[in-house]
Amino acid sequence: MNPANYLYLAALLFTIGAAGVLIRRNAIVIFMCVELMLNACNLAFVTFSRLHGNLDGQIIAFFTMVVAAAEVVIGLAIIVTIFRSRHSASVDDASLLKL
Amino acid sequence: MSHAATVHSLWTAAAAEPPVRIPGPHIEYAQLSPTLIVLGAALLGVLAEAFLPRRVRHHAQLLLTVVGLAAAFAAVIALAAGGYAGDKARIAAMGAVAVDGPALFLQGTILLVGLVAAFTFAERRLEPMAHGRPVDSFAAQGAAVPGGEAERKAVAAGMTTTEVFPLVLFAIGGMLVFPAANDLLTLFVALEVFSLPLYVLCALARRQRLLSQESAVKYFLLGAFSSAFLLFGVALLYGYAGTVTYSGIADVVGGTTRTLDPALASTTGNDALLLIGGAMVLVGLLFKVGAVPFHMWTPDVYQGAPTPVTGFMAAATKVAAFGALLRLLYVVLPGMRWDWRPVMWGVAIVTMLVGAVVAVTQTDVKRLLAYSSIAHAGFILAGVIATTPDGVSSVLFYLGAYSFVTLGAFAVVTLVRDAGGEATHLSKWAGLGRRSPLLAAVFAVFLLAFAGIPLTSGFAGKFAVFKAAAQGGAAPLVIVGVLSSAIAAFFYIRVIVLMFFSEPKAEGPTVSVPSPLTSTAIALGVVVTLVLGVAPQYFLDLAGQAGTFVR
Repeated sequence: MNPANYLYLAALLFTIGAAGVLIRRNAIVIFMCVELMLNACNLAFVTFSRLHGNLDGQIIAFFTMVVAAAEVVIGLAIIVTIFRSRHSASVDDASLLKL
Repeated sequence: MSHAATVHSLWTAAAAEPPVRIPGPHIEYAQLSPTLIVLGAALLGVLAEAFLPRRVRHHAQLLLTVVGLAAAFAAVIALAAGGYAGDKARIAAMGAVAVDGPALFLQGTILLVGLVAAFTFAERRLEPMAHGRPVDSFAAQGAAVPGGEAERKAVAAGMTTTEVFPLVLFAIGGMLVFPAANDLLTLFVALEVFSLPLYVLCALARRQRLLSQESAVKYFLLGAFSSAFLLFGVALLYGYAGTVTYSGIADVVGGTTRTLDPALASTTGNDALLLIGGAMVLVGLLFKVGAVPFHMWTPDVYQGAPTPVTGFMAAATKVAAFGALLRLLYVVLPGMRWDWRPVMWGVAIVTMLVGAVVAVTQTDVKRLLAYSSIAHAGFILAGVIATTPDGVSSVLFYLGAYSFVTLGAFAVVTLVRDAGGEATHLSKWAGLGRRSPLLAAVFAVFLLAFAGIPLTSGFAGKFAVFKAAAQGGAAPLVIVGVLSSAIAAFFYIRVIVLMFFSEPKAEGPTVSVPSPLTSTAIALGVVVTLVLGVAPQYFLDLAGQAGTFVR
């Protein structure tokens, strides 16, 4: 199978994630879409690694996973905090900061 | 010889060879010492948080932070004096980190900014005492629901969030690596290392906690979104060049690389990957810089975050992000400057105009300063576009000058208070010059520096940046820059007029008397502003000497 197909899949997943961030209203779902984008990056890294025949891309995928895990910790902490004080995780409700 | 014997001889021959040794990485600890010291101090801070009794934590953490930052700054000075800013500039840590003039200059700036910001973080005289204990401007317990039972108990127990000091140290550690990163993976990891603590810091205000938490959510979601863009850009550039080191990508861009494998012709050297990848990495960096159209988070986050954090963020993040942007454009992508220069022209022009025009309509001091920081990002971008050595050194100088003005201005904002905490609405600042002339005069100095009036550092910085841009062939950019400076000067002067020439309101805010910590921060801001304005030559020379990137 042509490895380039995985690149198309990665681009597709990234686009779905980006569209989800822009469209969805729940902070948790938005955050899941960001994670989808990061995983699309991982798929692209691994595919390019196979195309180039070096291991850099696979190693970078591990770094991305660790960074994404750290980001989940911070992100969920912040979202849970705002959910506890507002009883809503909708980003439309978080609108105190306006002109 | 039988088949089995052949196989056996294979084994024995294999056993006779020395075992394969994987060489360990060679790390130049001395050249990486500024970052290592700061991150080590941050780890000690986490331990202190775990093991020290609560009443001594505040002083211990402050001491640790100040000592760590000062030691790291001394290390930067030692490296610069040892010639690493000049002819001994080199790539350290297996090609991951550059130790050169721009990196050391920006690291020194970030460390000084962090040191001064730590003073404003530790200020405990502004908030009224809680149950007889002095408290700082951070929440008693970040996880407690605002106004809930847990928060009441935390306040009664005299809890304070001393975790802010390790958090700010981790953020500074990431910021030190960010402008020095010499491969795209290090760039990404450093970006996250300095962003994640900042997201948490934004959520920790003592007053107006809902605003603070909201700003943290916005900053986090948009920041994660932009870093995903940056990472996908990194993936595409890796696909383009087959490597993530800056010099390797620059070689492929410049066409000077060794012969390409024909099997890889579809990816290596594929210009679509380069253009899209480069653009996505730029999106990630321009977001951190706060350039239009990626500026939406700036006013909300600056307004909602605790003011000491805002000051730190506005100054240090900008320095680190512009450092990384400079290195990316000057080291990795100089071979395609005819492609990125038009785009950056557009971004710079829109950034300057939007920042200056929208700031005119603002009624909140923190939002006003946020839009002013957007406009300043545009001015600095003008210097970045010059693509000359003068461009680099003028941007370095501007960053150093601007960061101290910003820190000082936000430190002044923490002092003007009424019953609800900081009084940030502009109408409340009316007549402040009559009530406390000294504070108003100091703020006026900062505003004049923002506006770029001669004899302040803002003028020297703007002059250097615009001169470099004009010499780099971006004269229209300079004209737009001067025009938007004029627009910006209007609202800075308006605030000064409001402070000095309007009647103070009866129920107006009072100016709190700070401890020596905040006073030092503000005084340093004024001194740097005036010294860089009156006698900028030494520092311009310093930035000029530091203006060469290593490859």
